[in-house]
Amino acid sequence: MAENKVTLWYDFAKGLWDESPTFRQLLGMCPTLAVTNIAINGLAMGLATSFVLICSSVVVSMVRSLVPAGVRIPVYVVIIATFVTLADMFMAGNFPVISKALGPYVPLIVVNCIILGRAEAFASRNNVGRSFIDALGMGVGFSLALTVLGSVRELLGNGSVFGARILGSWFEPWVIMILPGGAFITLGLMIGGINMLRNRKKKPAPACEV
Amino acid sequence: MKESVRMIVVLTLVGLLSGGVLVYANNLTAPKIAQVREQNLKAAIYQVLPDVDSFKQSGENVYECFDKDGNLTGYALQAAGTGYQGTIKMIVGVDASRQKMTGILVLEQVETPGMGAKIAAPEFMDQFKGLTTSRNIEYVKNQKPETDYQIQAITGATVSSRSVVNIINNEVQGWLKTK
Repeated sequence: MAENKVTLWYDFAKGLWDESPTFRQLLGMCPTLAVTNIAINGLAMGLATSFVLICSSVVVSMVRSLVPAGVRIPVYVVIIATFVTLADMFMAGNFPVISKALGPYVPLIVVNCIILGRAEAFASRNNVGRSFIDALGMGVGFSLALTVLGSVRELLGNGSVFGARILGSWFEPWVIMILPGGAFITLGLMIGGINMLRNRKKKPAPACEV
Repeated sequence: MKESVRMIVVLTLVGLLSGGVLVYANNLTAPKIAQVREQNLKAAIYQVLPDVDSFKQSGENVYECFDKDGNLTGYALQAAGTGYQGTIKMIVGVDASRQKMTGILVLEQVETPGMGAKIAAPEFMDQFKGLTTSRNIEYVKNQKPETDYQIQAITGATVSSRSVVNIINNEVQGWLKTK
């Protein structure tokens, strides 16, 4: 029982740090770079992707024994596309402003490698419960990464976070940060920073092995 | 052979199921999406024309607007064209006599933030209030406009400013000719 709990916790937590889809696996870079000009867009994109990820992982896990290996990828893609279309319709009807800001990137969740990656690497081999937890972890990790990225860019590029002004009028916004270039700069520095942290932690280990 | 039949059956079933779910969801959300579109259009028309109570479409991009008593108060034209980085979509209000613009509103634009994106700022859009429709609008740089067919271009964003002016000229003059 205890072991089971540990596994489930690991299934969830690996998406946040050890196998963070954005910072460790470097998957789903296209929406990551494109929509994180302000924090709310990053969060909305993260949540929409999480919804699709969780639903499709659960369904893929449910049908995994029924689907012949030869057509598993087309079946997964149809399942993913169905949930993406649902999310797109829901957002267009209920959150028109955000839906407009995200533009073509909502339908493009279909081709986000995180989702097909989790379906193929995890959900098609594990039970529904574990697949759900795995997708939840990856979804939270992705949302978190996009929200942080969007917040940093919005703060430096516009002086605000989630639309609330933080830096006063003395601050001259760095327009580059909300332009495409700012996405590359911010993401690059964040990945570099995280790698530095990980390397520092690991240092004692190799010394023992040698 | 058996395996390939199974593949076809499974994939067909999944496709049918997915189609069914989407048809159902579309029926649920379509009215809501149409309603949002309608509201956006209404809000935009109210901003470019004063005293509008109702409106009806009278051409591909033209809406006739009426006040509470059903008198014609003016026209709202939907205009679109290419800006510096992508499509600019606007709505232009013209008064009932078709002599003057009553205002413009930029609905969609992807110009450079902090530069060309200022075309969607009230300071820029308000310049078009009361301009004549009897001739093409022109823009001037680094000086105040002197006549009722001039606006001042945004400093550092001449291309975006010119695009707005051109889109309006095309739409308004084209529409006046058809009438």
